[in-house]
Amino acid sequence: MKFPRLVMLASVLGIAWATIGAASPEGEATTPSAEAPVATAQLRRLTEAQYRNSIADIFGGDIKVAGRFEPDLRVDGLLAAGASTVSVTPGGLEQYEALARMVAEQVVDAGHRQKLVGCGPDPADPDGRQCARAFFERVGLRLYRRPLGPSELALAMANSARAQKLLGGDYYAGLGAGLSGLLSGIEFIFQIDNDVADPSRPGHRTLDGWSRASRLSYLLWNTAPDEELLAAARSGALMTDAGLAAQADRLIASPRFLVGARALFDDYLRFDDLATVSKDASIYPGFRADAIVAAREQALRGLVDLLIVGRGDFRDMLTSRRMPMNGMLSPLYRTPVAEQGWSVVEYPAGDPRGGILTQIAFLAGHSHPGRSSPTLRGKAVLEILMCEEVPAPPANVNFTVVQDVSNPKYQTTRQRLEAHLSDEECASCHKRMDPIGLALENFDGAGQYRRTENGVVIDARGQVDKVKFNGAIELGQVLHDNPKVPACFAATTLRYSLGRRLVPADGPLLEAMKSRFTAANYRVPDLIRAIVTSPAYYSADLARPTGQRLVRARRAGGQL
Amino acid sequence: MARGTTRRGFVLRGLLGGGAVTLGLPLFDCVLDGSGKAMAATLGGGRLPVRFGTWFWGSGVIPDRWAPRQTGADYDLPPQLAGLKDVKQHVSVLSGFDVPLSGEANSPHFSGNIAVRTGSPAEGWQKIAAPSLDVLIADAIGSGSVFRSLNLTPDGNPRTSYSFRNGNAMNASIPSPLEMYQQLFGPDFQDPNSANFTPDPRYMVRRSVLSGVTEERRRLMQRLGAADRARADQYFTSVREVEQKLALQLQKPPPAESCRMPAKPGNAAASTDIATRAAAHKLMSEMLAMALACNQTKVFNMAFSIALSDLRRDGAATGFHQCTHEELTDRTLGYQPTVDGFVTETMNAWGDFVRAMAAVKEGDGTLLDNMLVLAHSDVSFGKNHSVTGLPMMLAGRAGGKIRSGLHISNGGDPVTRVGLTVQQIMGVPADAWGAGDCRVNRPLVELYA
Repeated sequence: MKFPRLVMLASVLGIAWATIGAASPEGEATTPSAEAPVATAQLRRLTEAQYRNSIADIFGGDIKVAGRFEPDLRVDGLLAAGASTVSVTPGGLEQYEALARMVAEQVVDAGHRQKLVGCGPDPADPDGRQCARAFFERVGLRLYRRPLGPSELALAMANSARAQKLLGGDYYAGLGAGLSGLLSGIEFIFQIDNDVADPSRPGHRTLDGWSRASRLSYLLWNTAPDEELLAAARSGALMTDAGLAAQADRLIASPRFLVGARALFDDYLRFDDLATVSKDASIYPGFRADAIVAAREQALRGLVDLLIVGRGDFRDMLTSRRMPMNGMLSPLYRTPVAEQGWSVVEYPAGDPRGGILTQIAFLAGHSHPGRSSPTLRGKAVLEILMCEEVPAPPANVNFTVVQDVSNPKYQTTRQRLEAHLSDEECASCHKRMDPIGLALENFDGAGQYRRTENGVVIDARGQVDKVKFNGAIELGQVLHDNPKVPACFAATTLRYSLGRRLVPADGPLLEAMKSRFTAANYRVPDLIRAIVTSPAYYSADLARPTGQRLVRARRAGGQL
Repeated sequence: MARGTTRRGFVLRGLLGGGAVTLGLPLFDCVLDGSGKAMAATLGGGRLPVRFGTWFWGSGVIPDRWAPRQTGADYDLPPQLAGLKDVKQHVSVLSGFDVPLSGEANSPHFSGNIAVRTGSPAEGWQKIAAPSLDVLIADAIGSGSVFRSLNLTPDGNPRTSYSFRNGNAMNASIPSPLEMYQQLFGPDFQDPNSANFTPDPRYMVRRSVLSGVTEERRRLMQRLGAADRARADQYFTSVREVEQKLALQLQKPPPAESCRMPAKPGNAAASTDIATRAAAHKLMSEMLAMALACNQTKVFNMAFSIALSDLRRDGAATGFHQCTHEELTDRTLGYQPTVDGFVTETMNAWGDFVRAMAAVKEGDGTLLDNMLVLAHSDVSFGKNHSVTGLPMMLAGRAGGKIRSGLHISNGGDPVTRVGLTVQQIMGVPADAWGAGDCRVNRPLVELYA
């Protein structure tokens, strides 16, 4: 079967490790694949942020976690989905082991042990065994998000006792070694689903209360479950609809939900790619190296304020004229800010800025180091906001005309791009991507406003799905009104929540969530609440599909 | 004293469901096993080890200006290889090897690279099933060194790596000279030529806390689906590799005549500017030469730039990759001049690399004599992403097993013949390699000494 082909004009992102889902021809982003049910993963590696947040919550924010983490893998547009396909390489394990030692040494050092260990050898417990047991029971529950089993507890204690001997009798150093073992364990580094017979649906499997607690906490707060959530797991409350809803509401009402939502937006918009964005200093002298960090923060602050704190309509992120601003960004936006730190500016009607697509994180993130790229920007809109996959370009490309800036016929990027659209094979995809990106041409490769390019006034007319418009503001409105955009976000959020690709059996849940999102007037917290209170979200029927469950899964898929 | 292999076998049995559960280890169960002996035989004053590595660059070459005209030892140096003049005798150029696509699409900047590395052009990252050849070689020879393999890039991004067990398990790179120094020559470095050696009990502690297998873990393995089980196995394999590394730290390293502590590099920011990149690469190459001379590793991968190449020049709006597709062919010159400059400078960096290895004396020759390095790109002609005549080069003589300084011009055999050859030279017991039309069983015997 021959796909329409597309030439990605100089796609710098091509096959970088982080962009697999985007570049790979396999799998659709929104619709579950039509293949037979496959086992869904039960192991999800913690992201770097989840690891860091867990340590800070369990041991305190002053515990330093310094070092590199194994890179995450983007699958179907999300690092969260990649977390259920990756493992730990030898180099990665070495890093986890080093982090584990660093954390453990701090926990037991003289400055922390009183607070974090709280006991030691004493006349009633001369070798400190009871203290060690109490310590490992307490931190083991938090680290493994479930109580330690008897042999896990025994191993931690034996490790500590042995290490104490080897290290000259230092009790706390021994305890630290035992803790380091727990922290290096697969049980800490991965969220591990454990399933049980579903009490409310005979013949089905569902996640147990501990696994539910982890899912809720890592999704809603991006960190390990707190004591109260673990207590709800222990009591069985999380196995009931009412208990689940009560905890979901508590977590969503907490300010820590902002952290969880921020992680979702960051992954949705692929902002981790911004970490490697740099701009040519002589072409964009105003763009300092850390401007891109501020731009990422700007976008995330804006989204959290608008969609979570303000409970706004999701679609308004494409049109909102309010933007967080700071001193680093204000020269690039040519928008003065009076205050130190962050404040919010509101652009008036008629201003070319408005909506997330006119922010530097998007504009500079989808450009080349020394110039803008309508193609990269258009591709990003199609893939990220509309869940439309852009196939890889054909190998045999030739578009020297694009570079021919000396030709008086081709003064602007638009003219050069349109000339190259004469190639039929390229045109089939570029005519979808380029008209979107060309509407953003009033912003250069660093995201700064410009009226002209090479002395010619920029023509920012564009088109999305047959709707024609002019300029970035109208592009935002057109996307705001396009039903594909919120439907895509609902699907992305579901993939993010499940931490994996969707499979056919997820079809009913996906359709339900899309409808709920629409019915809730596109409120993001309501969408997330709908996901985490759906029994289907905790179904473990697909974890090991065999016999009866396989048939049911196929049937569910068949309803799509 | 218990032998490590015994204990590891025990761990494995525990994991896979058969054996008893270990709750602890004998106190001094930490000294080496069969592989330790093997190491002593090769490193301890006996034969010098042969090291293997790859050197990768993105966006290919301009074939007419890269491939020599003459074959054999008297080959000419075309313009893009002119910078190799002083190291030509160490470098063999392999031209004319193709990537058979078997009717599949040529995925730009992907198919060629992955075929050279894994023996088959996969359709996407996650479809990569086979390990890259450096991993196969490390499996054969990597044990017994502190690092089983080293992945390096001067580009600042740990994701720049083309070494993987499969498409989900990339071995991340050390992305800068300073980080490389800290990892290789930081506090864990043991000078092989130091007169004193006292085993540090902290390594024993670290090793023992990693090693325990619990009943709970055994049950976990039993209830995982096949894919998850493979991922968990990979984690446990990584655990064993780190244990082995820690065990080595408890042994006095055998002396290494050429090992010198390199100078600590500064903390320069990584850049896509080709001159800055080349400078960082040179520093890392020289440090790698010392890491090899100090027996820190026997396998490495150096990625000078990503597939499709991110390189550019400060102040220029258009970089190497964009130029390959967009730059007009100069009618007078007959080629794309900017592209030509980027390729030539990239090849000069490869020259720097070879020079750094040849500069270290070892035994009767140089470190490079005891190495085999495979350099290659992702495409041949960047302009059209061609994967026919994929540019490849070899450096070093693999301890005298092969000849160097040849130009082998092939008429379109699969690139996998080169991969098979280097694996066989490095001692991988493979009589054939590759998948589909890439599967081959004939090594390049013309290279053999």
